[in-house]
Amino acid sequence: MKFAVVVFPGSNCDHDAYHAAKHVLGQDATFVWHKETSLGDADVVILPGGFSHGDYLRTGAIARFSPVMAAVREFADAGRPVLGVCNGFQILLECGLLPGAMLRNRDLKFHCAFVHVRVEKTDTPFTVLCNEGQVLKLPIAHGEGNYYADPEVVKDLEASGRIVFRYASPDGEVSDGANPNGSVNGIAGICSEQRNVVGLMPHPERACEHAMGSNDGLVLFESVVKALATQSALQAVGE
Amino acid sequence: MKARVFVTLKPSVFDPQGHTIVEALQSLGYGDVSDVRQGKYFELDLKVPTPDAARSLAAEVADRVLANPVIESFRIELSEQGAQETRS
Repeated sequence: MKFAVVVFPGSNCDHDAYHAAKHVLGQDATFVWHKETSLGDADVVILPGGFSHGDYLRTGAIARFSPVMAAVREFADAGRPVLGVCNGFQILLECGLLPGAMLRNRDLKFHCAFVHVRVEKTDTPFTVLCNEGQVLKLPIAHGEGNYYADPEVVKDLEASGRIVFRYASPDGEVSDGANPNGSVNGIAGICSEQRNVVGLMPHPERACEHAMGSNDGLVLFESVVKALATQSALQAVGE
Repeated sequence: MKARVFVTLKPSVFDPQGHTIVEALQSLGYGDVSDVRQGKYFELDLKVPTPDAARSLAAEVADRVLANPVIESFRIELSEQGAQETRS
């Protein structure tokens, strides 16, 4: 299984994602510079966290026009798994692969802390090994993670079960107090209509080993390996 | 031709920065300042011959790049002609 980690100028969680895939999970992994126009033979694409292009204009607004993003869109449109973490999520929003936008955190503070998220949906490639309602302890590190979308869009996300993660208390209760940034409906992560594109603000790649304070993030990477293995097994049977 | 582009959060979108600024102003005694909305300002130099072309080009880049239509609206002023266009 090959993970492609896209590197933008200013990405700073690219090595964490690469490490999680390659050294923790033992999968193949490669970096793809944002000027590339191909993702090679990647099976999974990760848009990592960081401050692409210095967050100039808006978070993710410039990265969206990087040459590699045409290949990412094509990859996503083909139903293949794409994970956007933090700045990667912001890029997915800016380029329209996921709906909505990010506002400044409601208290205007940059939050760097462990939070808890509740897994709402297990039918995405990145959550197949989770249980619905499972609580993951993951770090956040962002100043603009206050998810916003028009009320109709939020209604549609709710109705179509596209809210994958919500900020919650350690025992899984979603409340305003557990919401670090003011995101509408406590949204921490969503998926695309096809469910193969997932974006979230917390950093699973930074929580894949006990030494990091939590290894709850590993299940997202294990999930996509499992999802792809299942898919190729089904294809083999089909053939 | 020069165009000025003003980008602000849509009225329906909460502006945490503007809110903080108005609270600070009120605590300084400027009680008559009832609201503040923070935005961005861009000056564009455009190599186009007519005001219409300038307005159209500025609107295109504002819509595509300078503003995020999900949360922001923009207003364009052509500085030499004083022409104005608002879009959200």
